Amino acid sequence: MTDRLLTVDNLQVSFHTRDGENKAVRGVSFHIDKGETIGIVGESGSGKSVTAKAIMALIPPPGEIIGGDIRFDGESIRKLSEKQWRSIRGNRIAMVFQDPMTSLNPVKKIGDQMTEIIRRHRHLGQAEALKEAIEMLRQVGIPEPERRVRQYPHEFSGGMRQRVMIAMALSCQPELLIADEPTTALDVTIQAQILDLLQELKAKTSASIALITHDLGVVAQVCSRVIVMYGGMIMEEGTVEDIFYRPKHPYTQGLLRSLPERKAGSRERLVPIEGTPPDLLDPPPGCPFQERCPHAMPKCAQLPPHFKVGEGHRSMCWLNDDEAKGGAGNGGQ
Amino acid sequence: MADNNVLVDVQGLKKHFVKSRDVWGRANGWLKAVDGVSFQIRRGETFGLVGESGSGKSTVGRCILRLYDYTEGSVRFEGQDLTKLGEKGLKPYRRRIQSIFQDPYSSLNPGMSVLDLIGEPMNIHGLYPKSDDRKEAVSALLEKVGLKREHLNRYPHEFSGGQRQRISIARALSVKPDFVVCDEPISALDVSVQAQVVNMLEDLQAEFGLTYLFIAHDLSMVRHISDRIGVMYRGRLVEVAESDELYENPLHPYTQALLSAIPIPDPHAVRERVVFKPDPESLERAVLKEVSPGHWVAVS
Repeated sequence: MTDRLLTVDNLQVSFHTRDGENKAVRGVSFHIDKGETIGIVGESGSGKSVTAKAIMALIPPPGEIIGGDIRFDGESIRKLSEKQWRSIRGNRIAMVFQDPMTSLNPVKKIGDQMTEIIRRHRHLGQAEALKEAIEMLRQVGIPEPERRVRQYPHEFSGGMRQRVMIAMALSCQPELLIADEPTTALDVTIQAQILDLLQELKAKTSASIALITHDLGVVAQVCSRVIVMYGGMIMEEGTVEDIFYRPKHPYTQGLLRSLPERKAGSRERLVPIEGTPPDLLDPPPGCPFQERCPHAMPKCAQLPPHFKVGEGHRSMCWLNDDEAKGGAGNGGQ
Repeated sequence: MADNNVLVDVQGLKKHFVKSRDVWGRANGWLKAVDGVSFQIRRGETFGLVGESGSGKSTVGRCILRLYDYTEGSVRFEGQDLTKLGEKGLKPYRRRIQSIFQDPYSSLNPGMSVLDLIGEPMNIHGLYPKSDDRKEAVSALLEKVGLKREHLNRYPHEFSGGQRQRISIARALSVKPDFVVCDEPISALDVSVQAQVVNMLEDLQAEFGLTYLFIAHDLSMVRHISDRIGVMYRGRLVEVAESDELYENPLHPYTQALLSAIPIPDPHAVRERVVFKPDPESLERAVLKEVSPGHWVAVS
């Protein structure tokens, strides 16, 4: 058994809007072990970003965690006060957002922004903090960090800014780094560099990484374990090989099928998932994917439990019921 | 060039924006968004234009649409030079050349119903002067793009992103165009919805004999939809080829770098990353040469 770093247990988050209660996350349970890189995939509205924000206690009103528990390093962090959070957020759990321009202060030099954090969390002096900041920038591959610390965010390109964000997030040696669509706003060549950087960090540091993305290609490249979310719930969870080579849930299967082929003469018709994602203001009872599912059956009106379909591989679909009963006991037939 | 198959002929297109002005307000710095681009789009094909942000691909699209006046060069549509036409002479071409943009949230007027949104271009170009006919035509189009008649009197905010993009497509097709400039039409959509829209674009192309210019940065989808692809880098075309040829046998170092950066949805995929080190001087001097039939690459 490896060490559990983070355990999310039946998390429920709702946004109280004028039109009613928007159930963004409806009972999500998963864990992150020390040192692993986990991918959380889903489309907009699947609840992946809300889950991440809930872990960081950054759910803005009118949103609210209405149920469940989050344990970090064995202790519940759900009910911590804002003051207690200050010693965790940024320090032990850090986050990188999609848009590096809006997360950096435009009128403050990069070095000042970085040393502020390092001094607060690691209680270093100004000179030491600056040295540390320069070292961090060097680690994430920013050339001439001594000169760069004296520059402002607008003097950095998009990819460089995202590197700065990652350097800042790592500067306090967090145990968990949550990266929410860190490459979505970037060009492919820059994206590839950032993903390489994450790969490197995986090898160099002991930090766990939770990578949130809608891009299956990104997940395949960086993560070792994957959680597939849809309609505020986890549809399937497994190793990256489970998800890409042995997907069990019709939603995961549909997502993978809808991608264009990568070989010559690939102009055959795409196989889309018909329909649109569910309305979370008034979600239908039962499986959130039933309206779009090619295998939907009457039983789907009841919410299926997660069936174990392999070691560390679970899927929330009635189709996997028999398989779980017949197969999991003796290692799958 | 008297090739009857060529629908759009772009020659030596340049678009320079003023970047800075001196104290007298005279331009003294230029941003060369598009700097000498030539290519042809054949009738009925899909020509993909790829490149990273700032490569000038969208500017090329906007120049073809004559949303910009260009600095130099020409765009011919069925042999007619669009540069030479005034707004009045352009009007028939404004009908025949339509566009679909990336963001279905900002490209539809929130105060107009679906009927008005799709009927407006018909009205402008004098199609279906009787309002009953128009309503009928709009309903038929709605069904073509996978929406329902009941949606006629609804407003954009009542639809999801994918449905809005369907409305944009119906609007573009409402005046029976020959040529549609699709500028990142699927990048704002959810993964599970992208394939729906791409399939629909292909069906509509087959049904109405449309020609597409498909501008995108998502390289795997571009390969799927395009017959031929042009790769842009810093305002210039560096390579043009049939899409399979381009992906299987990329010749320009930038194309190689770009293709090697695509994240592959396969955890065991072997990847060899190519890093492109631009040499501004040789890029300036480079001209497109045909190295094998239909495969053009910039060499200096």
